[in-house]
Amino acid sequence: MIIDDPWHELKAFTAARIALGRTGSAMPLQEVLRFKLAHAHARDAVYSSLDIDALGEVNLLHSKAADRAEYLQRPDKGRQLNENSRLSLTPVNADLAIILVDGLSATAINHHAIPVLDYLYPMLQAKKISLAPVQLVEQGRVAIGDEIGELLKVKLILVLIGERPGLTSPDSLGAYLTWQPRSGLTDEARNCISNIRPEGLPYKLAAEKMYYLIHEALRLQLTGVMLKDNYNLRIS
Amino acid sequence: MAYKTTIQQHTYSFSDLKTLLAKASPYRSGDALAGLAADTYEERVAAQMALADVPLKTFLQEAVIPYETDEITRLIIDTHDATAFAPISHFTVGDFRDWLLSDYADLTVSKGLTPEMVAAVSKLMRNQDLISVAKKIEVITRFRNTIGLKGRLSVRLQPNHNTDDPKGIAAAMMDGLLYGSGDAVIGINPATDSPAAVTGLLTLIDQLRQQFDIPTQSCVLCHVTTALQIMGKAPVDLVFQSIGGTEKTNSSFGIQLSLLKEAYEAALSLQRGTIGNNVMYFETGQGSSLSANAHEGVDQQTCEARAYGVARHFNPLLVNTVVGFIGPEYLFDGKQIIRAALEDHFCGKLLGLPMGVDVCYTNHANADQDDMDNLLTLLGVAGCNFIMGVPGADDIMLNYQSTSFHDALYIRQVLGLKPAPEFEQWLMKYGLMDDNGRSLPVTSSHLLLKNYL
Repeated sequence: MIIDDPWHELKAFTAARIALGRTGSAMPLQEVLRFKLAHAHARDAVYSSLDIDALGEVNLLHSKAADRAEYLQRPDKGRQLNENSRLSLTPVNADLAIILVDGLSATAINHHAIPVLDYLYPMLQAKKISLAPVQLVEQGRVAIGDEIGELLKVKLILVLIGERPGLTSPDSLGAYLTWQPRSGLTDEARNCISNIRPEGLPYKLAAEKMYYLIHEALRLQLTGVMLKDNYNLRIS
Repeated sequence: MAYKTTIQQHTYSFSDLKTLLAKASPYRSGDALAGLAADTYEERVAAQMALADVPLKTFLQEAVIPYETDEITRLIIDTHDATAFAPISHFTVGDFRDWLLSDYADLTVSKGLTPEMVAAVSKLMRNQDLISVAKKIEVITRFRNTIGLKGRLSVRLQPNHNTDDPKGIAAAMMDGLLYGSGDAVIGINPATDSPAAVTGLLTLIDQLRQQFDIPTQSCVLCHVTTALQIMGKAPVDLVFQSIGGTEKTNSSFGIQLSLLKEAYEAALSLQRGTIGNNVMYFETGQGSSLSANAHEGVDQQTCEARAYGVARHFNPLLVNTVVGFIGPEYLFDGKQIIRAALEDHFCGKLLGLPMGVDVCYTNHANADQDDMDNLLTLLGVAGCNFIMGVPGADDIMLNYQSTSFHDALYIRQVLGLKPAPEFEQWLMKYGLMDDNGRSLPVTSSHLLLKNYL
């Protein structure tokens, strides 16, 4: 019944779904189900929750978006802390605050935050970079880190956040570094490392890139378009 | 001027035309996010009732964005054709809706219409109205083939690759051609918008096209300034650009009308089209103005129609509304995506544009393949000029889901639609399609595969 496509060899050159075959004009059921499963993983990731107990000692915060439905429709609310969370933050004397945010995939934080930080912490300690308590945010977007960093009065924030799930990457983690965080900053003020997961940018390399950018940000006292990610140049 | 309706002793007042248009819009998350949506179901219908009574002439007197501050408003007003408008100049928006659906509407009226008139009437129309009027309009364009004829549906072959790997792109391109896709354009969204990278990709497609004498055109969807830079050195068939419906939106895209004009004239002078001179490819999508913080208090569907007001000025080969790409804060679910796509297709066609639709969604939108099947089928019925063809519906570069090569076969088959005639002949010549439009099985010795396996 299935008409096979005799160009399977071309799959070696791309992850795109080619040479799927067909029955009539339709995709074979096996491919339809494979696609559905990938989409199910992505949808489940969007609606996943932070595994708070497994994420170590953290200060739990919440945005103004009450739930996922509101979060998805009101990006502005995901960028602001709710009142209780605001009141829970007081200034600390530290160089860096690490902020974990669920974003569009809490699964990404649950899977990858601790393994990446396990590589990053020793490098920070060796350089005596001081850390604020780790903050964990529910229903947050990247820019919520700015308000948190401003209230903590830290020099620098590192936001780890679940990225928008793709069909082949439901748990991709993003990292955003911002110097002198304050409300109202936009993306050009940050440096971003994307696609952190074992099948994408592996933990150790991701942590080394983060450390390189943190070190450079503290040295140059800036982040954003003026801070170039020359880590790859340095190691090549 | 305020617009008013009274419903059971309650008088609704809408302070100006843009407020009235926004409140009359069928609900979507983007207008709510912008704070422009009607507060209640009743207020929305009240606004639609008030809008139905507004004379079309009012749209020539009251601009939704001031003439002085927005070059798109100036373009709309300065190029309005009063002669074409004359036969319908006595209509209200409501009359206009009834006339469009009647058996004696003259749908060549487009030059007499402003985008705001068209947006307004669409807000009073149900989905079936949007389909039935759009179906009556045929917009035909040509470069190396003929797109938009009745009974035809073309496909943009979209062989994207996350690192622009030439072999990866060629593999997806081969897959699409063997499935009968690629007559609208073979168009790549590049991962890197650099002159060298774009030139390399254009050369890749052009060599394939010439090797097999494929009657189609190519495009790498880079910024218009990149295309201008490489013209003459690279085989540029079509000039691509994303456009929006306010001057500020276009500024955020790094363009002005003068830049589009420069690119249009430069592309025309290359004379690469063999049977026609439609050289532009535009992409649009509701929500882009809000996303760029440049909506000026105008609802997202009216902004979108104004983008078509820009597009029609440059006689494009293809205009594609990438409707579900922008995300749920603008179009929340399948219902909103479907409605927006039908509005865009209708508005574009009524303004004289060769409309295609990227039937698509992201993973954080409340939509799935079933919603896309519904939308694809509705658009096929409505006479949409072209759709996208992405391997297995999964774009590995842009990380969203569009229509697959299989989907294109499906819609052609259930509705009896055929590819562009020149491309149809090519598919038959290469043994990929029979006289009845059915796909033929391909063997590993097929000519197209010879250099690739």
